[in-house]
Amino acid sequence: MALLQISEPGLSTAPHEHRLAVGIDLGTTNSLVATVRNGIGVVLNDSNGRALLPSVVRYFADGGVQVGETAQAMQSEDPSNTIVSVKRFMGRGLNDVGDISGTPYRFVDAPSPIATSRGSGQAPGMVQLRTAAGVKSPVEVSSEILKVLRARAGEALGGELVGAVITVPAYFDDAQRQATKDAARLAGINVLRLLNEPTAAAIAYGLDNAVEGVYAVYDLGGGTFDISILKLSKGVFEVLATNGNSALGGDDFDHRIYCWLLEKNGLSALGASDTRRLLTRARAAKEELTEHDETRVTAILQSGEAIESVLSQQDFHAMSQNLVERTLQPVRRALRDAGLSVADIKGVVMVGGATRMPQVQRAVAEFFHQTPLTNLDPDKVVALGAAIQANVLAGNRSSDDWLLLDVIPLSLGIETMGGLAEKIIPRNSTIPTARAQDFTTFKDGQTAMSVHVVQGEREMVSDCRSLARFELRGIPPMVAGAARIRITFQVDADGLLNVSAREQGSGTEAHITVKPSYGLSDDEIARMLQESSRHAQGDMQARALREQQVEANQLLDAVQNALDLDGAALLDEAGQARIRAGMDGLRAVLQTGDIHAVKRAITQLNDATVAFAQARMDKSVSRALGGRKLTDLEV
Amino acid sequence: MAISLTENAARHVKNFIAKRGKGVGLRVGVRTSGCSGMAYKLEFADEVASDDLKFESCGVTVLVDPKSLPYVDGMELDYTREGLNEGFKFKNPNVKTECGCGESFGV
Repeated sequence: MALLQISEPGLSTAPHEHRLAVGIDLGTTNSLVATVRNGIGVVLNDSNGRALLPSVVRYFADGGVQVGETAQAMQSEDPSNTIVSVKRFMGRGLNDVGDISGTPYRFVDAPSPIATSRGSGQAPGMVQLRTAAGVKSPVEVSSEILKVLRARAGEALGGELVGAVITVPAYFDDAQRQATKDAARLAGINVLRLLNEPTAAAIAYGLDNAVEGVYAVYDLGGGTFDISILKLSKGVFEVLATNGNSALGGDDFDHRIYCWLLEKNGLSALGASDTRRLLTRARAAKEELTEHDETRVTAILQSGEAIESVLSQQDFHAMSQNLVERTLQPVRRALRDAGLSVADIKGVVMVGGATRMPQVQRAVAEFFHQTPLTNLDPDKVVALGAAIQANVLAGNRSSDDWLLLDVIPLSLGIETMGGLAEKIIPRNSTIPTARAQDFTTFKDGQTAMSVHVVQGEREMVSDCRSLARFELRGIPPMVAGAARIRITFQVDADGLLNVSAREQGSGTEAHITVKPSYGLSDDEIARMLQESSRHAQGDMQARALREQQVEANQLLDAVQNALDLDGAALLDEAGQARIRAGMDGLRAVLQTGDIHAVKRAITQLNDATVAFAQARMDKSVSRALGGRKLTDLEV
Repeated sequence: MAISLTENAARHVKNFIAKRGKGVGLRVGVRTSGCSGMAYKLEFADEVASDDLKFESCGVTVLVDPKSLPYVDGMELDYTREGLNEGFKFKNPNVKTECGCGESFGV
């Protein structure tokens, strides 16, 4: 007969209708699946009792696929068909991936149209990898990992899954989140929700320990570093701030040892398989040094050359010290964003296998003046939290439900005239959220408006990241400034953005679901944040200049129109020439970037047109009143 | 009249209740649903109802409502592992028919 689990009071499920739900930690280095069984979060092991599934996928020429340990074992032998750390490529274009010279993969940059409901747009596609089994996208590679976890869960739970909660780094942008969802769908998994990794860790700790206060989640994974400041109160998890570095993780520590090995043994320019082999040895050495004072690294290269070096814990700590230091910069920024100091942090949660390194624990303890929490397995804590969340979403818990709040990492907005970015949803807003703002037309008779959705903190659009574009057409012709166009931004619980534009008078509407093919990298987010504060002064000046330039253009248009209509009738040659001179003067300084000169020229042109404007006013008044009796006028 | 747990099952139940952090015992019962008429109910118990029947087995309190008792009287609960899956198994002497999976039964 079937095996039964104990349910919460009153929540027994009908036969064959068990609400089986799992949490999946789709990691850069390793992936895990966990569930809540008999009221307790447990990580599901494979038939060999292993919890961690290496996030490694190997493709064969016959179309076969290997995932996990077996694939990992072959990464030295078959590096270009064995994809490791595919998470780094999720939702990224070739330009976003950065320096690819260190990877053994054959990249293909494939442009693809972005999905829009109404409206149109194009964005460069996600990077793809050429393997023996054909060109594969990171979404497909990730789905292979998810398929294995899904099969494991189905076997362990004795039934089909209702759905899964999949965790993503807090910094994942819309493109990366969407790519993760696509991978799950491809693997036949119903995504109940995407959950930020630090939030998942907080859930795992928050429920097990039930302590209120502000916590820092320090997550040093295989390839990414995330710091999140979370507030736990009355069962509500609120993310106060997030920060991080997507190119910093346990792999970098391996790389330090790898470089040390090269130097120590006088090696250079190794082939792909030798590189893999030495990196694997370096990782083993790093893990060894968590428990031991020194370790011996041995390897035999393809050339037959044997390598043997002894690395002490002390030397390892010294060579990796600046890596540890680099994790503390985002920590400081996150604290500053949250408006908190170290003294406000009640506890520090350690997540990610790399936090097992004693030098990392020591540095974090010193920084926060307290011993970090490590009582849950740092490799499993995220998956466990996701499982607990999945269990709630699947309906297996009733009364003591809690709400989950996440934040938007970077402000969302649109481009306005002059290439300025108008923020609509400020960063660190909790999601789900919706904000609306009214905009208007710039020119007389304007019937269409281009909406350019951008993300970033800077004042100029060129310094922000472009997410999507669409057009609102069918605006009734009106004078400039008369139309009221409401732009609404909606971010759902998964962090996916919907933008709509609606002309209030006619009801004309257009909208877009922002599913960019690729988006911001964590590094970019970090860099953009840094730059926004560094460039604050310059940005302000640039904005002021742009505003003057926009005003100048508007004025030039208006004067030109007036001249065309009434110039000859109302002004003599000298008068027209004076105004033309003023316009030429303004045009001449417009692009110089000298804001004072532009302002002066605007004033001069205004002054030069006073008499003309007066004459036009008189003319239109007399035209309106001409030939009518005073008594006919409604006053 | 009794319901019993194997030692293995009792150890797991105690462990689950301890980790859950609350609960006075295990509630066992039946409801009319499922493909063969009756379905088992297996829940944590946070309180004892006035008409509950109470059994002790290997240190675990088992609660049964009086209506369910005739269907489960004499039953033994075991905890077993089948491949990657694990969970509770009921050995019920009252069962005459069972659906293929054993999740529901007739008496």
